[in-house]
Amino acid sequence: MAATQKQPVTGAGPFNGLLTWVDQRFPLMQLWREHLAEYYAPKNFNFWYYFGSLSLLVLVLQIVTGIFLTMHYKPDAAQAFASVEYIMRDVPLGWLIRYMHSTGASAFFIVVYLHMFRGLMYGSYRQPRELVWIFGMVIYLCLMAEAFFGYLLPWGQMSYWGAQVIINLFDALPLIGPDLSLWIRGDYVVSDATLNRFFAFHVIAIPLVLLGLVAAHIMALHEVGSNNPDGIEIKKNKDPQTGRPLDGIPFHPYYTVKDILGVVVFAAVFAAILFFMPEFGGYFLEYNNFIPADPLKTPSHIAPVWYFTPYYSILRATTEGFMWYLGAGVIGYVALIILSVKEGGMKLLAAAVGVVLIAGFIFIEAKVWGVVLMGAAVMVFFLLPWLDRSPVKSIRYKGGLFKTVLAIFVIAFFVLGYFGTQPVTTAGTVVSQVCTMIYFAFFALMPWYSKMDQTRPEPQRVTG
Amino acid sequence: MAEKEMDQGKRRFLVAATSVAGGVASGAVAVPFVASMLPSERAKAAGAPVEVDISKLAPGEQMTVEWRGKPVWIVRRTQEMLDAVRKTDDKVADPDSKKPMQPAYAKNEFRSLKPDYLVVVGICTHLGCSPVGKFKAEPEPFDSNWQGGFYCPCHGSLFDLAGRVYKNKPAPDNLVVPPYKYLSDTRLLIGDDSKGA
Repeated sequence: MAATQKQPVTGAGPFNGLLTWVDQRFPLMQLWREHLAEYYAPKNFNFWYYFGSLSLLVLVLQIVTGIFLTMHYKPDAAQAFASVEYIMRDVPLGWLIRYMHSTGASAFFIVVYLHMFRGLMYGSYRQPRELVWIFGMVIYLCLMAEAFFGYLLPWGQMSYWGAQVIINLFDALPLIGPDLSLWIRGDYVVSDATLNRFFAFHVIAIPLVLLGLVAAHIMALHEVGSNNPDGIEIKKNKDPQTGRPLDGIPFHPYYTVKDILGVVVFAAVFAAILFFMPEFGGYFLEYNNFIPADPLKTPSHIAPVWYFTPYYSILRATTEGFMWYLGAGVIGYVALIILSVKEGGMKLLAAAVGVVLIAGFIFIEAKVWGVVLMGAAVMVFFLLPWLDRSPVKSIRYKGGLFKTVLAIFVIAFFVLGYFGTQPVTTAGTVVSQVCTMIYFAFFALMPWYSKMDQTRPEPQRVTG
Repeated sequence: MAEKEMDQGKRRFLVAATSVAGGVASGAVAVPFVASMLPSERAKAAGAPVEVDISKLAPGEQMTVEWRGKPVWIVRRTQEMLDAVRKTDDKVADPDSKKPMQPAYAKNEFRSLKPDYLVVVGICTHLGCSPVGKFKAEPEPFDSNWQGGFYCPCHGSLFDLAGRVYKNKPAPDNLVVPPYKYLSDTRLLIGDDSKGA
């Protein structure tokens, strides 16, 4: 019998008997060893490695606060706004739970953006961690959907008009657009039907998918092992006796303790925002959203919440005049591929795609391309593992060229984010257009500049 | 039977046939779920026409009524406002209303049944915001030679006093003119243009 073949659990004092009973019926100790006590993580994790575990913490926070909010919230266009105000005023400590949830949404994006930037710096998406990166990107997409669905629920002015604008993005798609947006709304305008289904997506559908993806993300990570700030594989140097990586330390207790410090600091900052500035100057909760939704009147200035603004800027920057520059960019890029690639098939493919795109720019209106560019701006991250051709993974051993390009990209991302929060101006549109070009050039030209870059040799063992 | 060698071809055929049948069944199961998200019968029925009294609308003023959950604007245009429409002919993308954004009877210079009264759906053709009326012909931050019209606060699209979209703006089309008819000189029916009783 399998149940009696396993070794009894030791080292848990009075719980040895109970744990042995469970372990003989469930792979408890195996899970504990594989993912915590004997998961060897590189010993040189730094500040940037806090944000993975913090994302997990915020996910739990959002789920718990969300469950308690649904106990009082009413997903009904006639009652939704009032029920949120009821939570804020009448439900005991309801305001605290609601602010935890709304601040948590922004905190989620902050830690996830930092977590992604860590990957960008240390090449964590490179072989063999492509799937870790892809699962992570799908999590990011789900998170955006989750935030979008959730933002409609308070049924304020920004909720309503934000949803109106985003659903109308689908309307722009050729042929299926109008029917697709009608299907998403379930009505001819954003209405009670839309609110009700967004509630269903927000509280059950997307969270279930998110949990599954998070499990897949961690399983894929623990299969290949964590990257580190040096971007070298610790599995290459193993202790010949034990077979453990020489530069690895068990996740528990070393990194569980380190992450607890991160949690404490994060909790302090989170509490400060929560209690002293939960709206965060209109960035976490927009002022217009304290006005009930009015389908007949758009607020004088509408902007998405900060975490969507870089993409929103790209959408707005795509005007008819911009299509010429975009066309020039495509022609230049095709020329670059034809001149630098050796295989004839690749040249032909690039030329064909180029011709199709240029024809599309001429015959399909700029509005559609704005939506396409906005989508492409998010999706292009999926390609990173195959775009980066640098011989080294980590920024520590990359040259000045890569560092400069990365810095310009980050600046462009922030500038796009800033202009996405502002009303449209001529100057702002031009700056956004330049930054849109920079944004896409960062990815499109990566196969070239990452190869040209003067890298330094990687060390054999991790450095501090 | 048991001694016979396994027939791989037969096995592959059965696996493929089962997969296809299963795939078709799963696809069919999706139908009710997808269909349930379409507009309900109640939502479809809510699109009844709206009757509007325009007797109190002064020249140069605008009123908004709700039709199918959307704002419909009625603007009583003055002679200056109609002249302004002529002045913007070279600034707008589709001056002759060639695109089908209006019923045939509104495909004219002023995009209306009677030049005095403009009736349009107040939803920007870009992404569905509701533009704001800025009727005065005076320099504006978005156009130093503004002739009066509508400004969309979301993405900066501009429309003239006939709801025609300015060139090189995010919105691709003129504002939609809904079907409508005059029941009398001062009563409009929005959402229905059928002739006769």
